[in-house]
Amino acid sequence: MSLTTVSLSRLTNTDQVINIFKNTLSKITNTMLLPIIGILIFLFLWSIAAASIQTSLGTFPGPNAVVKQFSSLYSEHVVEREKAEAFYERQKIRNLAKQQKNPDYVGKIRAYTGKETFFDQILTSLVTVTCGFLVAAAIAIPLGIWMGLNKRLNLALNPIVQIFKPVSPLAWLPLVTMVVSAVYVSDDPMVSKSFLTSLITVSLCSLWPMVINTSIGVASIDSDLLNVSKVLRLPAFTHIKKIVLPASIPMIFTGMRLSFGVAWMVLIAAEMLAQNPGLGKFVWDEFQNGSSDSLARIMAAVIVIGFIGFLLDRLMLQLQRKISWDKSSASV
Amino acid sequence: MNSSALEENTQEQAFLNISQVDMVFPTPTGGFTALKDVDLQIDKGEFISLIGHSGCGKSTVLNIVAGLYQATKGGILLQNKEVNAPGPERAVVFQNHSLLPWLTSYQNVELAVKQVFNKTMSKGEMKEWIEYNLKLVHMDHAMHKRPDEISGGMKQRVGIARALAMQPEVLLMDEPFGALDALTRAHMQDSLMEIQNELNNTVIMITHDVDEAVLLSDRIVMMTNGPEATIGEILDVKLERPRSRLSLAKDVEYNRLRSEVLTFLYEKQRKVENITSKTTAPQAPKKKIANSK
Repeated sequence: MSLTTVSLSRLTNTDQVINIFKNTLSKITNTMLLPIIGILIFLFLWSIAAASIQTSLGTFPGPNAVVKQFSSLYSEHVVEREKAEAFYERQKIRNLAKQQKNPDYVGKIRAYTGKETFFDQILTSLVTVTCGFLVAAAIAIPLGIWMGLNKRLNLALNPIVQIFKPVSPLAWLPLVTMVVSAVYVSDDPMVSKSFLTSLITVSLCSLWPMVINTSIGVASIDSDLLNVSKVLRLPAFTHIKKIVLPASIPMIFTGMRLSFGVAWMVLIAAEMLAQNPGLGKFVWDEFQNGSSDSLARIMAAVIVIGFIGFLLDRLMLQLQRKISWDKSSASV
Repeated sequence: MNSSALEENTQEQAFLNISQVDMVFPTPTGGFTALKDVDLQIDKGEFISLIGHSGCGKSTVLNIVAGLYQATKGGILLQNKEVNAPGPERAVVFQNHSLLPWLTSYQNVELAVKQVFNKTMSKGEMKEWIEYNLKLVHMDHAMHKRPDEISGGMKQRVGIARALAMQPEVLLMDEPFGALDALTRAHMQDSLMEIQNELNNTVIMITHDVDEAVLLSDRIVMMTNGPEATIGEILDVKLERPRSRLSLAKDVEYNRLRSEVLTFLYEKQRKVENITSKTTAPQAPKKKIANSK
């Protein structure tokens, strides 16, 4: 009798081990293996399709060509950095030499004005999109809260929001460009006009998802929670700080994630036309350049743009997880 | 508001005076009269239950007393002052607890305490007072847990603690235990009696539960069916306190009261289906209806 129980328990033990093993295996399959298979199939189809497309700039780049361009973009970046360093080094030596001759001489350091590399352009794009997004958020979230609290204001502004929401950045850009060149006149500009134009265009396009989501979030707060606030006679500011904001933070974050996605998409188009030295300009310059490497370099930029967009979304998600009380709303 | 009607009733000097209240809700097809001539005087320290079928306007009465609704005619006097806005002296315990999900139990009570005793209490006193109230509802062990980490009964306890912590003149409870299972509910009723024994609050409680009404109340106010609902009968419950549900089960007076309420609900005010499509949204049938037969 006791023998059978022992062997039974042993059996369940091995069963458990097998189960754990199976679970980990399926986890690995789901998180690693399947995505890798998907990517491999995509690369395979891409290289087959690419080889059969002939353009005036040669064959359409396959994965190999793009990888080659990645490494050449990187080495160009390294070379350019070295040039810049050498440039500053020369200036330093020259200034020192002049100072030795004349101790009153104050050395000037001129900025290096070489060509931006791919990686400089990524950085410019990130700065522009972040600034544009922050400007949009600073306008959209307070406006959305106000619209959510005030039904009449919401009814009054809703048509405007709905009409401006689907407008393409390309339509805004000429207007923004003209307004910026007319209004932003300064002898010693803090930022370049092209940066400002791209930033404003990004803001104009990424405003709306945040306005809409915030106002819906605020307007749909559980009436019981609002009654709690009424019974406590919370003053308006405390009401917004203690009830409205925390209650609508999940919706506000949804709006922010949508907006950041829009902002990143819009930015590339805006930079193309505004000639802001970012990824959009990189694509445009390569297109105008028309060398045999151009298409592969543009394809490399496409992959980088996609990857950065994905990372930005993940970043917002992490931020939401950190700030929002409602962890269930912060899932993928 | 009908001021002459209010003046007449001030002479009675009731602690809380619900005076000839009418409530008409505007609808696309014209006004819907939910309440007609609801008139009730409540003494200090009295425990009143409002009982009636779904959609008879019990919640409307409570919301008018709370100040969340404005009566179309008539009005509410609390200590001879007219009520026309919500305020912490008429604390409400909502049916589904209404705790702020992003705050812990302690912080939920703190929000109320800070608002009400902002000027009269020091920080230390506030802390003591919050902890005292949470202890009163036996929730001091889970003070720093958020609503999603505690059970339904516990949430309702915190909701009660929050209301009690405002030190209200009147405590308004809208089916406070309606969403709880039978065992938890019984436990909460005992807790409430215990607290009431200690604090002697003036309470208006809405309930669907006949046993709960008889067990807890000093008076049971039975409402007729809507539309134009009003007070049908008022039943005095003169059972000795403290009450125990076990010994009352065999008590003759208790069973007489219980059957009076049942007679009112299921004979005199038998709910006829489809009276009007304008009644409030249908609610899930209460288990008690089946149990009490």
